[in-house]
Amino acid sequence: MPTEIDREELRRLVAGGAQLVEVLPAVEYAEDHLPGAISIPLSHIDAESPKRLGKNRAVIVYCWDTA
Amino acid sequence: MSPRAAWRLESLGFGTVYDYKDGKLDWLAAGFATEGTNAQKTRAGPLARKDVPTCRLDERLAGVRERVHAAGWEAAVVVNSERVVLGLLRSKELAADGERLIEEVMRPGPSTFRPYVPAADVAKTMVDRKLESSPVTTSDGRLVGLILQKDAVEAGAEHGR
Repeated sequence: MPTEIDREELRRLVAGGAQLVEVLPAVEYAEDHLPGAISIPLSHIDAESPKRLGKNRAVIVYCWDTA
Repeated sequence: MSPRAAWRLESLGFGTVYDYKDGKLDWLAAGFATEGTNAQKTRAGPLARKDVPTCRLDERLAGVRERVHAAGWEAAVVVNSERVVLGLLRSKELAADGERLIEEVMRPGPSTFRPYVPAADVAKTMVDRKLESSPVTTSDGRLVGLILQKDAVEAGAEHGR
């Protein structure tokens, strides 16, 4: 079950090596994204995703807000 | 959107998945840096003057006014112990009777800007509403600094939207 985290927890996890993924459309990622984040829009998360991400490292996903 | 992404990643075999539920909006509102094409735009956060004097609700105006003027300012932000913005003192409020308490003379609930708002947007709002200065605050209401209309107009004209 995914764990919800806040901003401070995110910073701590990223400092510890967690992977950061923005799941918004690529155009929104291009305008603004969190430092170090990669873009994998929600509609592009599929069986190929594990190739772009390390399965053995924590992954943090985010979008625009709680919606 | 991010909860669905998190669940989908789990279904693909990722063992440790977190959802930053408040997302990019929260990050920007806190004034943290971003990467991308918008990162080069001047925004309210960096423009806000961080040395703006602050005061508390229970102070007398005379003492605050003396401190504010000695620092070369014509404005001060009223904050609580958590630096949450409660009010604003501009020239007009600073000229009131010095024996009065700050909470009696302050302008309560001033218009504020979030740190990520582009300078051009800030400038337009401040000119339209005739605001000489406005606090810039984080999403939880904490003071980042005070933005002056002339700074916003200058930066907005220079960088555009």
